[in-house]
Amino acid sequence: MEVLKGLAWLLVFQSVGEAVSRALGLPVPGPVIGMLLMFGGLFHPAVRQPVGACADALLAHLSLLFIPVGVGVMTHLALLEQWGLRILVVIVLSTWAGLGVTAWVLQALREPNDG
Amino acid sequence: MADFVSLWVYLSSSPLFGLTATLVVYLLAQAAYARSGHAPWANPVLWSVVVLAGTLLATRVPYPQYFSGAQFIHFLLGPAVVALAWPMWQRRAALRSRWGRLLLAALAGGVAASASAVAIGWALGLPRDALLSLAPKSVTAPVAMGIAQAIGGVPALAAVFAVLSGLVGALSGKYLFTLLKIQTDTQGWAARGFALGTAAHGIGAARALQVHPEAGAYAGLALGLQVLLASLLIPLVARLPG
Repeated sequence: MEVLKGLAWLLVFQSVGEAVSRALGLPVPGPVIGMLLMFGGLFHPAVRQPVGACADALLAHLSLLFIPVGVGVMTHLALLEQWGLRILVVIVLSTWAGLGVTAWVLQALREPNDG
Repeated sequence: MADFVSLWVYLSSSPLFGLTATLVVYLLAQAAYARSGHAPWANPVLWSVVVLAGTLLATRVPYPQYFSGAQFIHFLLGPAVVALAWPMWQRRAALRSRWGRLLLAALAGGVAASASAVAIGWALGLPRDALLSLAPKSVTAPVAMGIAQAIGGVPALAAVFAVLSGLVGALSGKYLFTLLKIQTDTQGWAARGFALGTAAHGIGAARALQVHPEAGAYAGLALGLQVLLASLLIPLVARLPG
């Protein structure tokens, strides 16, 4: 019941986010605005308890949610056949750049005496 | 045999097939991942995609037919993005005291990933629509699709690039962090998780969550921040002349 209530809250905030994004012609997608609004909403216990339960369940299986899109790779086999190796090089190098730079910045700005 | 074929044709054309196949294959892949001791190469998203796409191609079931069932899972990506407010809210104290350095790291990492992808892709002669679809590769697939659409890329391609980036991060992050001598104390785990959420979105975050709770929380935070930064900045940069 808590999880179901939480899902309802998530969908309500997502809908409001979509409405705001469209009404104001913002470049930010609806769910992202919904996420920002939800950050405020979570200060209210009536929202926090069900949303926390639902979010934990949903985020624990986040990787499942990417599978339908991932399987969509099969519709781009022609492109991947033609450019596959180059695309792979680009993806691998740029992902390493992103991971490395982020971790390195945090490493360089470490707090000295905090675990 | 004919009966089997007609049964298969019936089952595979109903939405039940895509939904059931996705869930069952994912659960099996999760079980194999656990048995491997959560080895990076045993990534459940990677193997689920390989098995499902292979099955669809071998049995000539077209993707839209599969998606008619799988869309029920796909749909949950929207609420999942909203749900990211929860790990951020839980860490709001840390966020308040460290927001400067976290924002800096998210910005630097996001720009590094996006700019290097477009630059290397351009140097290797990739077509323009592929380059525009590469720009939002660090953000979670549904948002990447929205951004690609807004700047003239191909949404489906952007989703593929995002998923591939997520897999690369989840598969190789551990080795890269060891190479860069990122520690494995509390702050080190936070940095590793934050980097995974920044450059490898939800797939990296799922990996981080698996490895260490601190890494998982910071990955969720980074993924939310990256979504926000990318959807604000990429359309802005794309609008610049030249």
